[in-house]
Amino acid sequence: MKRRAFLPIVLAPLLMGQAKPVLVPDVSQRNIEIAYSFTGAELLLFGAILYPGGRARNERPADIVVVVKGPTQSVLVREKEKIAGIWVNAQRMRYRSAPSFYAIASSRPIAKLVDDRTAAIYELGLDSLQLSPASGAAAPEQARFDAGLVDLKKRAGLYVQSPGAVEITDGVLYRARVTIPARVPVGRFTAETFLIRDGRVLAAAVRDIEIRKSGFERFIAIAADQWSILYGLTAVALSVALGWGAGWVARRV
Amino acid sequence: MDVYLPIANLSVNALVIVLLGGGVGLLSGMFGVGGGFLTTPLLIVYGIPPTVAAASAASQVTGSSVSGAIAHYRRGGVDVKMGVVLVVGGVLGSLFGAWLFKLLQATGQIDTTIAVIYVLLLGSIGGLMLKESVETVLATRAGRAPKAARRRHHPLVAALPLRWRFYGSGLYISPLAPLILGFLTGILTILLGIGGGFVLVPAMIYMLGMAAQVVVGTSLFQILFVTAAATMVHATTTKAVDIVLAALLLVGSVIGAQVGARMAQKMKPEYLRMALAVIVLLVAARIALGLGWRPDEIYSIELS
Repeated sequence: MKRRAFLPIVLAPLLMGQAKPVLVPDVSQRNIEIAYSFTGAELLLFGAILYPGGRARNERPADIVVVVKGPTQSVLVREKEKIAGIWVNAQRMRYRSAPSFYAIASSRPIAKLVDDRTAAIYELGLDSLQLSPASGAAAPEQARFDAGLVDLKKRAGLYVQSPGAVEITDGVLYRARVTIPARVPVGRFTAETFLIRDGRVLAAAVRDIEIRKSGFERFIAIAADQWSILYGLTAVALSVALGWGAGWVARRV
Repeated sequence: MDVYLPIANLSVNALVIVLLGGGVGLLSGMFGVGGGFLTTPLLIVYGIPPTVAAASAASQVTGSSVSGAIAHYRRGGVDVKMGVVLVVGGVLGSLFGAWLFKLLQATGQIDTTIAVIYVLLLGSIGGLMLKESVETVLATRAGRAPKAARRRHHPLVAALPLRWRFYGSGLYISPLAPLILGFLTGILTILLGIGGGFVLVPAMIYMLGMAAQVVVGTSLFQILFVTAAATMVHATTTKAVDIVLAALLLVGSVIGAQVGARMAQKMKPEYLRMALAVIVLLVAARIALGLGWRPDEIYSIELS
């Protein structure tokens, strides 16, 4: 008798584990090629939430958060100050790993899904980014620079926060659109999907997206970097030829 | 029509850039200046990174000065000897400028330095040109001949040792004067992405006292070679020359330069100088206001 009464307690974690929903995510594009007419790309993040053994009627629906991150960059943020009547760069702050691009979309506002600590662990939301400042500055000063950096990136369309942008159909299928502007650097991007319920992250999945220049743009970028003398000569030759050509045409019309 | 710029890493409207080049080319053809002093700030306003703007504007200036330089050369409007001295100074100046550019970039004062140089240079030269051209216009209107006996060249220039004869310019002065002048404009070419024509032309007239008919041609000759050298310096050091951006600017500016050159032939030179002085002063005033006013962006980000 005693044993039987004990059994459900032992099995409880297993049963709960089994009831835990599973995430099947995907992205619309694994590669984004930048060609001459590139003005940005729209990425569709979609997938399904699988409830093993079916979704219980009384079970509360889970939420989805998707985060698209660009390669991290080491950046220097400068702050202008009025000195002797003119505005000059005065103080500065170095960040070792600021994401070059960060877009977060969620089915409900982040603040309603998780607490600050969880948000910080998974870097959910612009307030929870791990920017890793290199200089040990005072907290208020640090916060001022953080806000300056995030605000600048936000207005450039490089940091985006769109609560409510994830659509969940029948509690099973989800999708979200993330716009990638033309100003992003090339490199490896990651698309992370989080399944959240009751303030806890139940499942997470990552997909890589490669953004690279292709064709002519790729050739130019490589040429400028590796054959810089030849590249410079080409630029000069091009300008001389065009200028001379226009003069030649003008004398004949 | 959107076109992606592979070095600037962003897409721009090609038509806007071509028109911008065209407008600047028009001015360059009319006044014999490269027009870089307008291109660089306008590109920065459009959102192009400042280094890419300065580097690519230099090659645009090369293009818009080629046909002008050839045209003046055919008419004998280029003092080649003077030009070569200026070019040598200019190339040395552009190398020194590249070093200065790196130094200022590291301390974060490049933007402010560029703005202050612009205000000081454009303000003083624009003021000088305006004063001179207004005086000439008033004198002609009153029926008086413009002051005939003018001082040939600045006493400082006369004090320099080692004199050479510059037949085209009708001068017997030390080559050090144009060498220093070329050096200074070379620095400006790298820092500001400008040809330096708006510095060279007045300096040639007021400092060196060169014969008026070779001033514009020789200045174009110097600009042509020094901006070409500056493009090379940028291509090998900052790697910020965007050939697509340069090509778009060039298409507009070479056409604009031809139109401008034709328009200039129908106008009186003193009115042309007055118009250029007004444009130069307006640009200077705008940049000066930018320095004093609270800027739109307090923070700026650069990769490190």
